[in-house]
Amino acid sequence: MSEHEYVPKSKAAKWFNDRLPLLTLGAHLTDYPTPKNLNYWWTFGGILTFCLITQIVTGIVLAMHYVAHADLAFASVEHIMRDVNYGWLIRYIHSNGASMFFLAVYIHIFRSLFYGSYKSPREVIWIIGLMIYLLMMAAAFMGYVLPWGQMSFWGATVITNLFSAIPLVGDSITTWLWGAYSVDNPTLNRFFSLHYLIPFLILGLVVLHIWALHVPGNNNPVGIDIKKPSKDTVPFHPYITIKDAFALLVFMIIFAGFVFFTPNVLGHSDNYIPANPLVTPAHIVPEWYLLPFYAILRSVPDKLGGVILMFSAIFILFVLPWLDTSKVRSAVFRPIYRQFFWILVIDVLMLGYVGAMPAEGLYLVLARVGTIYYFLHFIVVMPVVGFLEKTDPIPMSISDPVLSGGAEPSIARKVNEKV
Amino acid sequence: MSKEEKKVNRRDFLFTASYTVGAVGVGAVIWPMIDQMNPDKAQQALATTEVDISNIEPGKSITVLWRGKPVFLKRRTQDEIAEARAVKLDDLPDPQKDEDRVKEGKEEWLVMLGVCTHLGCVPLKDKGDFNGWFCPCHGSHYDVSGRIRKGPAPTNMEIPKFEFVDNNTIKIG
Repeated sequence: MSEHEYVPKSKAAKWFNDRLPLLTLGAHLTDYPTPKNLNYWWTFGGILTFCLITQIVTGIVLAMHYVAHADLAFASVEHIMRDVNYGWLIRYIHSNGASMFFLAVYIHIFRSLFYGSYKSPREVIWIIGLMIYLLMMAAAFMGYVLPWGQMSFWGATVITNLFSAIPLVGDSITTWLWGAYSVDNPTLNRFFSLHYLIPFLILGLVVLHIWALHVPGNNNPVGIDIKKPSKDTVPFHPYITIKDAFALLVFMIIFAGFVFFTPNVLGHSDNYIPANPLVTPAHIVPEWYLLPFYAILRSVPDKLGGVILMFSAIFILFVLPWLDTSKVRSAVFRPIYRQFFWILVIDVLMLGYVGAMPAEGLYLVLARVGTIYYFLHFIVVMPVVGFLEKTDPIPMSISDPVLSGGAEPSIARKVNEKV
Repeated sequence: MSKEEKKVNRRDFLFTASYTVGAVGVGAVIWPMIDQMNPDKAQQALATTEVDISNIEPGKSITVLWRGKPVFLKRRTQDEIAEARAVKLDDLPDPQKDEDRVKEGKEEWLVMLGVCTHLGCVPLKDKGDFNGWFCPCHGSHYDVSGRIRKGPAPTNMEIPKFEFVDNNTIKIG
């Protein structure tokens, strides 16, 4: 919170603000002191907000034309594509928007991993962010079921069957999720209901995410604590808003490229075949953003084990702030961790690739190696490297190395020196 | 604190009683909200299907839909039955005799849910390493009795409840 008390200029505004201090909130958001060295990796928060709003607006419009019934859903999606005015555009924005949303969120998460944004005092921001990510996956999965094509149907079958791996109550849980004895009309109906609900839950969590962010303030590329406001900060508006706006425009160009030139490249052609409960497509794959987890699931030759490992791959991220023992936040000053970070990036990309390939031969070997490294990275590498690594000297403030032309010993401090 | 305050008094009783009644009330509201998601009467009403099997030649099979799931009805040849019975139980991840998977006297008829016990895909017939079924999703191999032999599936394909109404009709469910 900025220190000064905001007083609206006009009498009417003051009258309103005394009763509901929305203008004070607006002033806080405008003046919010932001580290002046934020790079473009920090623009993805704004981009993600844009993605969420886009999905909500296009989704509400699509729901005006879509019919959530097993006999009608597929035809109603084709009706949107062919008959509804600009229906093709709205649907392509919505379906590609989901992919762009995940692209942005993965960059956002890896930015946090590189610069140590998940570490104290920002653990709660990180955990809320992961909850948003989980809800995003649920929303994306259910949304993918709604067109009721072959991939919709069999994707829903495979994912809901993950729960049947639970001992004793597994089958009752899947039947309960389906509302039938297989994926069927009741399943589609409830998925539509929940698909409509989840974005608003995400919106609520985004508010908490930003609220929690505004308590300690932004992390920054050098990862040091800064005084706010000070010569190390700039007001959010106009400095950060203009930078966010520029990054958003570039992002929108890429987004539009997908929507107008290759709207189906991220989807699967089998989903243009109506759902058929008697025939499973020869090669079923989830959407690209779930592939690394799918690879982990398939790398285990045991049903329950695979399911446990896949969920663990996500839930291990929740305890990450406590697995990382390093006092230094930013990988800029962590020569060893920095290398492991890039190994993790390559590992996750590789898992994504083998997740799209058949689970056999070399792919299976790669999936197993990738899965083992994924867990080793968090359980072994992060705690051990944090202890053993000799970190580079970190600057006293953001301004000092900039003004003096580099981190000289006189102004640089060792990690163990308390500031 | 004084001695009187530590004793259970009237107010503690009221708190406990209120919380208890409140919890029962909340539970009574939550349960209908949860149970409404279970299969409804219309779904339950589809619980049996009758199938005419008079046109199936030995060695052939048909697939019918029962409760939204495919059911394989295979009329096995004598060779196939012999092959299924020759398998040693030690070679099976989920040991079960072929005799226990068919009706006595009707051994040629294998009636089972065409649902892979791994993650619910429909296995392909006459594929895989064991002359039975092969699931394309995650590579489970089933033998000619529908028993799991290789791959991630934990159990044999399920045998639903069924009976022979007469020589040409099977009632599933």
